[in-house]
Amino acid sequence: MSASPRAHTMSGGNGAGVPRHACLSLTSVTVAYGGRTALEQVTMDVPHGGQVAVVGPNGAGKSTLFKALVGLLPLRDGSIELRDRDAEAQAEPIAYVPQREEIDWSFPVTVSDVVMMGRYGRLGWLRRPQAADREVVARSLEELSIADLASRPVGDLSGGQQQRVFLARALAQEPHVLLLDEPFTGVDVSAKEALLDLLERLRRRGITVLVSTHDMQTASQRFELVALLNGRLIAYGPPPAVFTPEHISEAFGGRALFLEGMVVIDECCPCPPEDGHGHGPLPGGHGGPA
Amino acid sequence: MIHWLTEPFTLEFMQRALVASLIVGVVCSVLGCFVVLRAMAFLGDALAHAILPGVAVAYLLGANLLAGALVAALLVAAGIGLFSRRGAVKEDTAIGILFAAALALGVVLMSTVRSYATDLTHILFGNVLGVSAGDLWVTGALAVGVLATVVLLYKELLLASFDPVLAHTLKRRPELLRFVMLMLLALTVVVSLQTVGVGLVAAMLVTPAATAYLLTHRLSSMMLLAAAIGAACSVAGLYLSYYLNVASGAAVVLTATVLFLVTFVAAPRRGALARRAAARRAA
Repeated sequence: MSASPRAHTMSGGNGAGVPRHACLSLTSVTVAYGGRTALEQVTMDVPHGGQVAVVGPNGAGKSTLFKALVGLLPLRDGSIELRDRDAEAQAEPIAYVPQREEIDWSFPVTVSDVVMMGRYGRLGWLRRPQAADREVVARSLEELSIADLASRPVGDLSGGQQQRVFLARALAQEPHVLLLDEPFTGVDVSAKEALLDLLERLRRRGITVLVSTHDMQTASQRFELVALLNGRLIAYGPPPAVFTPEHISEAFGGRALFLEGMVVIDECCPCPPEDGHGHGPLPGGHGGPA
Repeated sequence: MIHWLTEPFTLEFMQRALVASLIVGVVCSVLGCFVVLRAMAFLGDALAHAILPGVAVAYLLGANLLAGALVAALLVAAGIGLFSRRGAVKEDTAIGILFAAALALGVVLMSTVRSYATDLTHILFGNVLGVSAGDLWVTGALAVGVLATVVLLYKELLLASFDPVLAHTLKRRPELLRFVMLMLLALTVVVSLQTVGVGLVAAMLVTPAATAYLLTHRLSSMMLLAAAIGAACSVAGLYLSYYLNVASGAAVVLTATVLFLVTFVAAPRRGALARRAAARRAA
């Protein structure tokens, strides 16, 4: 199958065919809240500099996956490996932008205060921000075109502006891997385009990005790799191989009928391969070894 | 007028009361900013009541009351931290149980003493006029320690209060910072024991900080303004207490409450009037 040269097709859980520059390797990652298993046996490799859309219905475990990646949730099983040349030298290799509703917007902090928090990981305890940190903050604000908002309280901003503040903070962390949880939710078309432009710039800089979304159209048009999730990894690979009717109905179950009406997904893909699953971008297989 | 202002402080015990009130007004208000922002008001109140048995034991043993309060407060703060970490019961339930039990234990211990009604009143509502020079030194040292910790850990405390998730991903140990916060709160409650007493310390923690919250939009300016408000209310409360011959701790708290009410109505951006005007403009 001819995908873009960047789109490494992932292999199964046996580890064969791991891309040369795998940045992030997940092996049989299983996460449980209380008694409920939210993610089961997820095995996937993200290439260095790759951009992955993590797609799935509500409750599929997209946020859970991200929280496990940054160490907010313990793994019941499996491992996460950050394989990067200078991962050791990096103070904070992974930056995470949570969903908007997880933030207390009434807290008295200004935009530049929030972005400066991205530098705290490098600053160490008791140390005050230096001129170099302020420079990084100023650059991050510029990058997101919110330099003029620097001294405004975050609570006064619009939803789109607040999202930019958190993106700027993530950039100020100078991460290798950036995790964006539902960044397209609740933003208007221009904000979405601005975000996609930013992702393009990050791609050129070689920053690995994982974006969770339930917008399958954006996922298939603007991302080289898609991970289709519903409690486990249903399919992972280039969009045409992932968005097959079989995979979609497997991910969305009862909602598949409604989704099959959205032929948009099939049309946008150059050649929806009926035998897509035959190419094997199905790490972990169906249900895994359990 | 000048005479009216200076007269109370010609008395030595009033001078000591003034210094003690200023210290408490500043420390409570600064720590109170975290209490307000992290919705820990109940916790502050609980800690205040929980020190009662420590004070009672110290009193019965003839030991230093502040030392007894300190030990009890640190024990209870550690206990609450432990209960809520394991998640066996919800945190406010754990606080409620500990706080009521400690208060009851304190009352039981105090009731074994003949003069307990008067002593209990002093502990519950403070007796700033009875502050000794020795108490003042202990209060001052604790206050300096609390404020220095807040200044040194400002960046970490800001991060852990605003975004515990980022604090965690940056390996800033939010649970350790929470524990530090509990300890600072415990020390603050002890510092406030003699001026406003355990019954009213929650008001000193919350009211000036809440007033400052309505007027600022940065944590650092909120803290500075809260400290100024706390200090001003303490002095004003002392004057009221002197001239109207009313209980000093209660007078300080009521002064702070009046200031809050005025701010709540008239604050430029977050006040009730400003919000109403903004809503009308938007409509």
